[in-house]
Amino acid sequence: MKKYILKRVAMSVATLLLIMFVLFVLVRIMPGNPFPSERMNAEQIANKRAELGLDDPVLVQFGRYMAGLAHGDFGKGTSLYYGAPITTVLGTCISNSFRIGGLAILIGTAVGLILGITAALNKGTFIDAFCTVFSILGVCVPGYVFLIFLQYFFSYKIPFFPYFFDSSRFLFSSVLPALSLSLFTMSTVARFTRNEMVEVMDSDYVHLAESKGMYGNMLVTRHILRNALIPIVTVLAPLIVDLLTGALVVEKIYGINGIGKLMVDSIAGEGVDYNYVLALGILYSALYIGIMLVVDILYGLLDPRIRVASSKEGDA
Amino acid sequence: MAETAYVPTKEDFELLTGRDITTDKNFASQSYWKGVAIIVTAIILLAIFGPILSPYGYRDIVSYTDEAGKQVVAKGISPQIGHAGDGAFDQYTFLFGTDDLGRDQWTRTWHGARVSLIIAFVTIIIDMIIGMSYGLISGYFGGAVDAVMQRIVEVANSVPRLVIVSVLAIFMPKGMGLVIVALLLTEWIGMSKIARAEMLRIKEQEYVLASRTLGAHSMHIIFKQILPNTIGPIITQVMFSIPTAIFTEAFLSFVGVGIMLPQCSIGSLIENGFNNITTLPYQILPPIIVLALQMLGFNFIGDGFREALAPKLEDM
Amino acid sequence: MEMHENTILKFEDLDISFRTNAGVVHAIRGVNIELRRGETVAIVGESGSGKSVTVKAAVGLLDGNATVNSGKILYRYKNDDGTEKIVDLLAMSKRELRTTINGSRIAMVFQDPMTSLDPTMTIGKQIMEGILLHKRGDKAFAYARALELLNLVGITDAEKRMKNYPHQLSGGMRQRVVIAIALACDPDILICDEPTTALDVTIQARILELIKDVQDRLGLSVIYITHDLGVVAKVADYVNVMYAGKIIEVGKVNEVFYEPKHPYTWGLLAAMPDLETDDDRLASIPGSPPNLLHEPVGDAFAARNAFALKIDEKAEPPLFKVSDTHYAATWLLHPDAPKVEMPKELQTRIERARKEAERYQ
Repeated sequence: MKKYILKRVAMSVATLLLIMFVLFVLVRIMPGNPFPSERMNAEQIANKRAELGLDDPVLVQFGRYMAGLAHGDFGKGTSLYYGAPITTVLGTCISNSFRIGGLAILIGTAVGLILGITAALNKGTFIDAFCTVFSILGVCVPGYVFLIFLQYFFSYKIPFFPYFFDSSRFLFSSVLPALSLSLFTMSTVARFTRNEMVEVMDSDYVHLAESKGMYGNMLVTRHILRNALIPIVTVLAPLIVDLLTGALVVEKIYGINGIGKLMVDSIAGEGVDYNYVLALGILYSALYIGIMLVVDILYGLLDPRIRVASSKEGDA
Repeated sequence: MAETAYVPTKEDFELLTGRDITTDKNFASQSYWKGVAIIVTAIILLAIFGPILSPYGYRDIVSYTDEAGKQVVAKGISPQIGHAGDGAFDQYTFLFGTDDLGRDQWTRTWHGARVSLIIAFVTIIIDMIIGMSYGLISGYFGGAVDAVMQRIVEVANSVPRLVIVSVLAIFMPKGMGLVIVALLLTEWIGMSKIARAEMLRIKEQEYVLASRTLGAHSMHIIFKQILPNTIGPIITQVMFSIPTAIFTEAFLSFVGVGIMLPQCSIGSLIENGFNNITTLPYQILPPIIVLALQMLGFNFIGDGFREALAPKLEDM
Repeated sequence: MEMHENTILKFEDLDISFRTNAGVVHAIRGVNIELRRGETVAIVGESGSGKSVTVKAAVGLLDGNATVNSGKILYRYKNDDGTEKIVDLLAMSKRELRTTINGSRIAMVFQDPMTSLDPTMTIGKQIMEGILLHKRGDKAFAYARALELLNLVGITDAEKRMKNYPHQLSGGMRQRVVIAIALACDPDILICDEPTTALDVTIQARILELIKDVQDRLGLSVIYITHDLGVVAKVADYVNVMYAGKIIEVGKVNEVFYEPKHPYTWGLLAAMPDLETDDDRLASIPGSPPNLLHEPVGDAFAARNAFALKIDEKAEPPLFKVSDTHYAATWLLHPDAPKVEMPKELQTRIERARKEAERYQ
């Protein structure tokens, strides 16, 4: 198991380095130039390029960039925030995004699990039907659409919640965005949990446990939940990643200074801020790879089929 | 026995002749499929013919001549059933109303649906071709070829779609092209995984081994013999990729890197509706409902395919 | 509640239906089966014939959408104080069934040992679980008993195996573990649902021997569910042939094998491979079992029966008596029916099998 973890970690780090390098090269060799040319003449641009070391070999530039990263320095933006250091801007954004995203994951997973388990244990009843309809709705309608409605009804028609995000009232103004962000997670977890539980409840090993005389809560906790919940870890990874994407729109709608909005600002405006694209690209990739790594390892630890290597001996 | 009320006569004890005893007489009917088929067909038909049904193009600004003889732009007409009664538009009912600029929402919504369906189908078909070829070749040759090709897949799979979009935004103009390329670069991965898995499964089966020993060419075996057998699972994946593509388009257009004005798509319509939600709250509804129905229809078809291809054999 | 004094389990007019999306499926349509102490009864039939549902009803494992329309499953057991008691298993609540019957008196072995053990629990724990549940002793006792059981079912290195997870064992070993679990609390009845179908042929024989061996040693009564007549011939005393939710032929194993009366049984026997029949002469029964979503009119087998009579399309045949122990539900046994012999091919095969059996006696 230790070997497996080490191998996975090494692989992830290698993949991330490769992605960083490719991103760096792509962003550096892009057509056009990163400075608004109307305001500078050719000589100024040449000076600026030399000053920033843009004429050095790519590998040297990459090395320099990595050295900066090691000190937490992402460089400066080319157009956004008047060229303020990216790290400073990123700090606030990450903190906002992570707190709201974390809240959303927490709500989504907790409510999703409860809903899914309740539905499975009451298969075929009204609760089950409700869970099904709810999860279909959550999968078919994007979370940001819910936010638009929530904002319209509970911030505009009935002005209870703030219309835009207000960091001085963090928890209160996080309710709507976190709730709408969590809906996709909630419905997916609910549907997955329910189906997984129903399948496990109909499995031979649960029938065997029943034929041993197990029933009720003991059966649920000892055999059903344990087996049903392990695979849920695997859907959590893509869900968290989806959440990153969803956060983009939610942050835009609710005016949250987060990494999603920063991403939108860096690409959707008049020009594209290359350095932000690079910094955010690295950040997102690292997050993504990190989440997948954690989930993989967690799954390995939870499931004995992976944790304990099989050593079949003899037959019958 | 209840039926013994019937008293058999002599003639009853003659052998029955001239019957077919070999055909199966079991039929299964699935009414639920009809509902899904109706939704999807209706949306596709309306996306094709909906805009034609209106005298106004999706970019046309509707205006009428008022009593004073002045040209008035028909901004923000609410959805109508039957005639509005003000005499201005006797010939036409704005079922979905008009938007903030006075354009017919009916035409725009179905035009938008058409755009998002075209994007979805085009990209998914290309992705299917790329992904299947990649997966089949990788699985068929195995060994070093497979190892290298799978490494590439793993790295490609570790790059979040958002990062791909943002890098693309540096290289290409925003618009339909960017959405399509972004989808092309990401959706093939899932297809290739499925094609490879199927290939690994089928490769060792007798008929393939037989034709290999007979000296058939690799490409002949891959595309003539194995490909037809992988169609089922691939179609399932396609059905799940279509909603992903529709979602991605909506999301990118909403954020402002997808379909640009004056073009329209489901995503840009939702964004436009969001921008005017406080003044014209109904404007956002048609695109959202169409989006949800598209998602619902294709997700259900995907589910149906999956179930149909993996029938759970239940021994009663 | 009347039962022969040696009868330990008796299915009486069992009638079960399932609610499905497509409608109500009438899966079990009046089944009668008797199991006597120490004997082995086999229930044979194609998938969907209702054989599994029948026994699942006895151990309270029916799916939630099942309804028992009528019938009883009577079970006779000895209380701890030695008094005998007869109960209707269908009248008991799930909780009652689990605490007093499941595991401790009636145990089950499932078809696929690859799926019937909990993959997240060590096999030691899975064996001990039942013992602790029925309060047969403390943890130390349960551990010792589990070791003893593993030895009984022929698993070597039992102490080490206790800590193994199911995936670390081979299919045959897993089935031995499943049998050990079933035997953990000294049950009276062992129900084996296709216990060897999922195993390799060589291992099949060993598992059958094991079950027979523990049956003799512990005096168990056994119900086998199988579609494999080869298994039946090896283990059973009585055979029940089931089709479309009904028993269509029942008798001692020799009666059903050597003098089958029902055309469906003929079909099953003809489809059974033996050493001297070429593969291409191996007959299969045409068509597939009827969909019990629609109540069959007349004999449910008529549509696939080459020897169907006109009456088969009008009325369901009752069980005709062949001997005191042998009954078959086919109109061909009616005195007015034309003389129909079983196919020649089958006759010669049966003849051959009979001679072979005599030679080995």
